[in-house]
Amino acid sequence: MNPAEANLVDLVQFFFMGIQRGCIYAMVAMGFNMIYNATGIINFAQGEFVVLGGLMMVSLTMALHLPIVLAFILTVLFVVVVGVLMERLTINPVKQPTVLRLIIITIAVSIITKGAAMMFWGKGSHYMNHFSSAEPLDFHGATILPQTLWIMGILLLVVAAYVFFFNFTMTGKCMRACSINRDAARLAGIDDRKMVMLSFALSAGIGAVAGIIITPVIQMDYTRGAMLGLKGFGAAVLGGLGNSTGAVAAGVLLGVLEALGAGYISSHYMDAIALVILLFVLFIRPSGIFGSSEAMRLKEF
Amino acid sequence: MKRMILAMCVCVMMSFSASAVFAETDAYHVGCVFSITGKASWLGEPERNTVQMIVKQINDAGGINGRQLVLHIEDDQGDNTRAVNAIKKLIKKDKVCAIIGPSLSGTSLAGVPVVTQEQIPMISCASAAKITTPAEERKWIFKTAPNDSDAARNIFAHMNTHNIHKVGIMTDSTGFGAAGREQLKAIAVDYKIEIVADETYNPTDTDMTAPLINIRNSGAQAIINWSIVPAQSIVPKNMKDLKMTIPLYQSHGFANIKYAEAAGDAAEGCIFPAGRIMAVDTLPDDQPQKKVLEAYKKAYESAFKDHVSTFGGHAYDALWITADALKKVGDDPAKLRDEFEKTKFVGIGGVFEFSATDHCGLDKDDFSIMTVKDGKFVVLKE
Repeated sequence: MNPAEANLVDLVQFFFMGIQRGCIYAMVAMGFNMIYNATGIINFAQGEFVVLGGLMMVSLTMALHLPIVLAFILTVLFVVVVGVLMERLTINPVKQPTVLRLIIITIAVSIITKGAAMMFWGKGSHYMNHFSSAEPLDFHGATILPQTLWIMGILLLVVAAYVFFFNFTMTGKCMRACSINRDAARLAGIDDRKMVMLSFALSAGIGAVAGIIITPVIQMDYTRGAMLGLKGFGAAVLGGLGNSTGAVAAGVLLGVLEALGAGYISSHYMDAIALVILLFVLFIRPSGIFGSSEAMRLKEF
Repeated sequence: MKRMILAMCVCVMMSFSASAVFAETDAYHVGCVFSITGKASWLGEPERNTVQMIVKQINDAGGINGRQLVLHIEDDQGDNTRAVNAIKKLIKKDKVCAIIGPSLSGTSLAGVPVVTQEQIPMISCASAAKITTPAEERKWIFKTAPNDSDAARNIFAHMNTHNIHKVGIMTDSTGFGAAGREQLKAIAVDYKIEIVADETYNPTDTDMTAPLINIRNSGAQAIINWSIVPAQSIVPKNMKDLKMTIPLYQSHGFANIKYAEAAGDAAEGCIFPAGRIMAVDTLPDDQPQKKVLEAYKKAYESAFKDHVSTFGGHAYDALWITADALKKVGDDPAKLRDEFEKTKFVGIGGVFEFSATDHCGLDKDDFSIMTVKDGKFVVLKE
């Protein structure tokens, strides 16, 4: 292999690495957006949904030996229930739901969830089998894990389901109406509180899916939520808060840039690279790459 | 009437606390700082378990010189600031005569100035050689974990016998990794080994593809991965994903079977130096440590239903050295310090011989080179 070819192989390898991380960021970012659109707040417990999904899946497949499909469904349902409980118990009862108050509540929920996960699953890293073979596939000298293909495929499915739900179902349209103008939606007979609950359920579900598909590759422990949440938040802002197609593109972009930065600059500063890019974009385009600056001006937060 | 009850409650409480204070002034107070929670909890938890087990054993047998041994255990969560605060609290509030821990190289180094100023002896459970060197500047500091420099020497010596001249190193950015990186770079020359790639990564990283590719491109014949955090078990996995087949050397920070379990098949065959506790069963009967090791392993594993690790062993050694010294000279910190310097002790980490110039007491031969075979640690036979 000549040097030019070898360089190309490295580039492809970094690209695969980036796509894999990026898909997860994209899904976390979609979760952020869903709740942001319904309530106008950032749910800082988003990363915890991912952790819960991963850890629950580990328990169901590795300890109880359930088949993957069944475990997948049960795990998502479990995290959805957690999301709904969170909304019913902590967000819904608040008498004067200001943005700041609700955000502080989500931080509290994230700390509590993290503690509960530590008590229940312990402090160690948990690992689970890959969905299919763990043998890497050869791609012109670079390698890609079958699990990475699963991750990409599932992201596409989630995006497709998302688009379908929000454009072609009545409930999805109601949710969109609420996010555009809550008062008008209420006047049209939409139960906006129910929509908020639904947004927490969906967002928890997407978080769970992200956790389930990434756990075979990165292992899961109770502390992972903060970093995943932060990167996902970065992707959401980069794509323009509330803009979910933007979030998907920005998530993948962030993952790839991070991987390239780790490869060609230094893996020591990998996390910093992502955040520097984020700052840079915010300086130049505060509304994110794909966000509308006009809409940004009208938003409360 | 309400007031009467309140007053009575206060009286009762006061008498309780007074009697507690009275009982405890008669006891020996030793402080412990471990990373019981947080990223390094895999170190701090076995350390805490071990000291709790030993203190119970000592007190059930009548204490030391007829006085109870009271441990004040603090959790620094692997954080330097918290470690310093915990040490200050132990010295000022709990009036301890000696401190065991902290668990990590970073937190131990952070604690050095405090105990030096307060003149309280500290026995660290961490590995960086610079915690106790130079000995003249580290008058109050001892440690029971073997030196990282000796671990590096074992690795390089093994490479010399296997004709490896070019290595790529990757180290985590914790105190342990950073100190190990310095030692590797300094010692490689002595063994005529060239470091052709030098990569660092964060303890929270989940993907080691990038540093591994850089090492692959450097033409290294082997990799040394120096880390104490769970991220290190991702290295063998990612090597497998990239179809890299050069030998992987891990540091003594790998010596927790959970790390090997987390890496699964990929960990098979990786080589690392570790204390003998990891392979007690394979030791010959005349090995001086064998009895101690077997007893500790049995006691720990039956009490906590968990695998024994070298890290708990560091706390075991530190506490017994302290207990032996307390028995001889009582709880005057300065006398304890002088006694530590004279200690000879057969423990879990090895055969300790402290002196005025050596506050670690272990040497290169207290490590064995091990590997992972069928998911278990075994001594590598040459």
